[in-house]
Amino acid sequence: MGASAIPIILMTLLWGAVGIVLPIILPKGPNRSLLQCILIITAVSCWLFWLCCYMHQMNPLIGPYMHNSTLLAVRKLWDE
Amino acid sequence: MGSLFRSEEMALCQLFLQSESAYTCVSELGELGLVQFRDLNPDVNAFQRKFVNEVRRCDEMERKLRYLEREIRKDGIPVQDTGENPEAPMPREMIDLEATFEKLENELKEVNSNAEALKRNYLELTELRHILKKTQGFFDEREGSMEPGGQTSLTQNLLPEDTKGPIQLGFVAGVILRERIPAFERMLWRACRGNVFLRQSEIEDPLEDPATGEQVLKSVFIIFFQGDQLKMRVKKICEGFRATMYPCPEAPADRREMAMGVKTRLDDLNTVLSQTQDHRHRVLVSASRNIRIWMMKVWKIKAIYHTLNMFNLDVIQNGLIAECWIPVADLETVQLALRRGTEKSGSLPAILNRLTTIEAPPTFHRTNKFTKAFQNLIDAYGVATYREINPAPYTIITFPFLFAIMFGDFGHGVVMALFGAWMVWKEKPLSAKKTDNEIWNIFFGGRYIILLMGLFSMYTGLIYNDIFSKALNIFGSSWHVSLSDEELSHEKEFMLDPTNDKQYEGAPYPFGLDPMWQISTNKINFFNSYKMKISITFGIIHMLFGVALSLWNNRFFQKTLNIYCEFIPQVLFMCCLFVYLVMLVFHKWVWYGGVGSSGETAPGCAPSILITFINMVLMKGYEEKKPGSVCEPYMYAGQFGLQRFLLVVALLCVPWMLIAKPYLMHRNQKRRQMMVQANGGEGVIEEGGVTAEAPAAEQEDMGEVMIHQGIHTIEYVLGSVSHTASYLRLWALSLAHAQLSEVLWGMVLRIGLSSGGHSGGIILYFIFAAWASLTIAILVLMEGLSAFLHTLRLHWERKEVSKESRIVGTRVEFQSKFYYGMGYAFIPFAFETILEQAEENVVAEQCK
Repeated sequence: MGASAIPIILMTLLWGAVGIVLPIILPKGPNRSLLQCILIITAVSCWLFWLCCYMHQMNPLIGPYMHNSTLLAVRKLWDE
Repeated sequence: MGSLFRSEEMALCQLFLQSESAYTCVSELGELGLVQFRDLNPDVNAFQRKFVNEVRRCDEMERKLRYLEREIRKDGIPVQDTGENPEAPMPREMIDLEATFEKLENELKEVNSNAEALKRNYLELTELRHILKKTQGFFDEREGSMEPGGQTSLTQNLLPEDTKGPIQLGFVAGVILRERIPAFERMLWRACRGNVFLRQSEIEDPLEDPATGEQVLKSVFIIFFQGDQLKMRVKKICEGFRATMYPCPEAPADRREMAMGVKTRLDDLNTVLSQTQDHRHRVLVSASRNIRIWMMKVWKIKAIYHTLNMFNLDVIQNGLIAECWIPVADLETVQLALRRGTEKSGSLPAILNRLTTIEAPPTFHRTNKFTKAFQNLIDAYGVATYREINPAPYTIITFPFLFAIMFGDFGHGVVMALFGAWMVWKEKPLSAKKTDNEIWNIFFGGRYIILLMGLFSMYTGLIYNDIFSKALNIFGSSWHVSLSDEELSHEKEFMLDPTNDKQYEGAPYPFGLDPMWQISTNKINFFNSYKMKISITFGIIHMLFGVALSLWNNRFFQKTLNIYCEFIPQVLFMCCLFVYLVMLVFHKWVWYGGVGSSGETAPGCAPSILITFINMVLMKGYEEKKPGSVCEPYMYAGQFGLQRFLLVVALLCVPWMLIAKPYLMHRNQKRRQMMVQANGGEGVIEEGGVTAEAPAAEQEDMGEVMIHQGIHTIEYVLGSVSHTASYLRLWALSLAHAQLSEVLWGMVLRIGLSSGGHSGGIILYFIFAAWASLTIAILVLMEGLSAFLHTLRLHWERKEVSKESRIVGTRVEFQSKFYYGMGYAFIPFAFETILEQAEENVVAEQCK
């Protein structure tokens, strides 16, 4: 399992807050249920979308294939 | 529960109105806009209805007002729109209004006809003045040449020398349209065989045509000829060419005198004309202040009488009877409005009775400015059946989200979101500006959709790590280049090794795709499998959500049979095949590859999920582990058995869906028949005539039920497969979008970025302009439109209702799972919408 806990916890907390906490503390009003519906669907979709992206990269089957000039630049700019 | 989730409960009501208070009551209801009246005299011709006279009077008033408005616009006077909304006037005020309009119209007509007469006069005098001025020149020439002892000219030689004085030549002077001159000249030459002499001169200033008010160019002409016969002929030709002829004295002194006279008359006429114009202007300005209000009043009166025409007459009580649909929640408000209406007219109160009916009520979703656009998207394909689950509240998010999966690019998302936000921000001033521009109206109507689509595209763009085809490296890539210079110089291209912990950290980039992919050469391979997997995952969840909604529908309508015979097998079918497919995707993500993976979990051992799924459905036999290979043929222990089991369950669901419901219905019906027979005639009396007839009707329906169920089952089973494939459009479009934006960057902006020096700055300036406009036009507008349409297709449902079987056709991915859309919309009688429509007509007319 090539996952690290911090991003998973943070993202789950973020979308959990949007999708679970916000709908509960929403003020009463004529549109409350509609807003709840909107928030829950938003949170579920966005969280799942992020999760799929994260999981797809957890255990990559292939690595990026790159030109050696690009590799040199990457090494200089990102890795040093 | 908010009414957007389901349409409102409606009640059919009967309304008894006293004839004195009917008008005021309907007026109050119109202001309220919550009541839909039914036409109780559909067979009665429009001309035979009760209030046809009043409607006709309103039409007459409207005509007069339109005339006034046209005149106002002709003079360029701005129409004042205070935004005031006047109440519908009482019927007795109608006479006052009529009188006012009559007076105004007559006054205006009189002023106009006077002005026209004056103008005609003015034109004639002006033309005469021009003639006198221009012909002066012609006469001078002639007399100059006649002077004895004067210089001989070419024309003079034609005349015999010995005659005394000039020959008596006749002449005709007049004015003609300039474009007719060449034809006129040719005609004269031919008809008179060249025996006339035409002189013409252009009038420089254009003259106003009093009939049409247009500016026309004219010329003065004078024709000399000899003899009466020619005179007749010339005059005829002049008339034929619509030339105006004016008397012109021959003697110079007379001419001078005449010119003086004309000048004074012109001056007088000018004063009178300006006074007339002033008067007209005053009348129009005072009318322009009130015309909006008058128009609204007339429209309201007309709408009220049209509504009253739909009522039945109650001859005995001297009242009117109306039938109408009212939302149950608003019955109180309607009662209050009726009371206000009766108080105004001071007659007996109106009576509101609720009726029971078997008729399907209209569908009414109470929307606000935010939800309206989404409701329109749904309604455009079919109005929900009464009290059916409304997909609109879920569409508010699923629609922009599916759009964003295809449109995922942070930069393009920002552009779109800013456009949407600007329209939302400037909502009031923009909506006040009424235009006929259809494209703009569509954009403006969908401003909240555009805003949400933009916002979600920003999110998906960040996840795709794609900003105008470039990536951001915020958190630091998980891939590292641990190769030395020496190693790098060996080969041109390298693949970073995902199993090597020096080159791959082991944990992925925390938010979105790793920026390293954006600069790699094999990114398409990587994105391909990623995007295909997410589109399948989201598609199946979307469809499953749709099926789940049908449970709520069935529970609401208490169709328990549908739950056991349709909902459960449907869910099982989908879970056994497609949810299992999604599980395999997740399993593969976790199980294979990664840092230090070897043996059976090595990247090379990962099977293709598509092939695995196809093998499962085709029931391929058990596979042995290949000798000498480290890879297992199956992804987990017991996979073969589980897959067989799931497939069998899924296949069993098909006959369950197909047969269970018709069979149970048939059994129930038989049992009921037995009961009726056993009870003899008593049952009939007990339950009333309706139930006694019901079994017979149901029996006839059995065949139809079977056919319907068959179609429904086939549609579901085939639909599940084709719809899953259909969601792959998410994958295809998002790949295409990313590619297109990359091509645009590489082919256009790169030229500007790679040109150096001072001139490079200037080149970049223009290249950037080209890149930016192409980005907006192609990537945001065109691609946005195509993604929009694909999303719409994923949400909508299509159906053709044929007469033979109730529902045949295809319904598309999401809504087909629960939505029937067989209802009809609630169209309340509301002044607001009536005025809006009338105003739109006016705007359209103006634009013409």
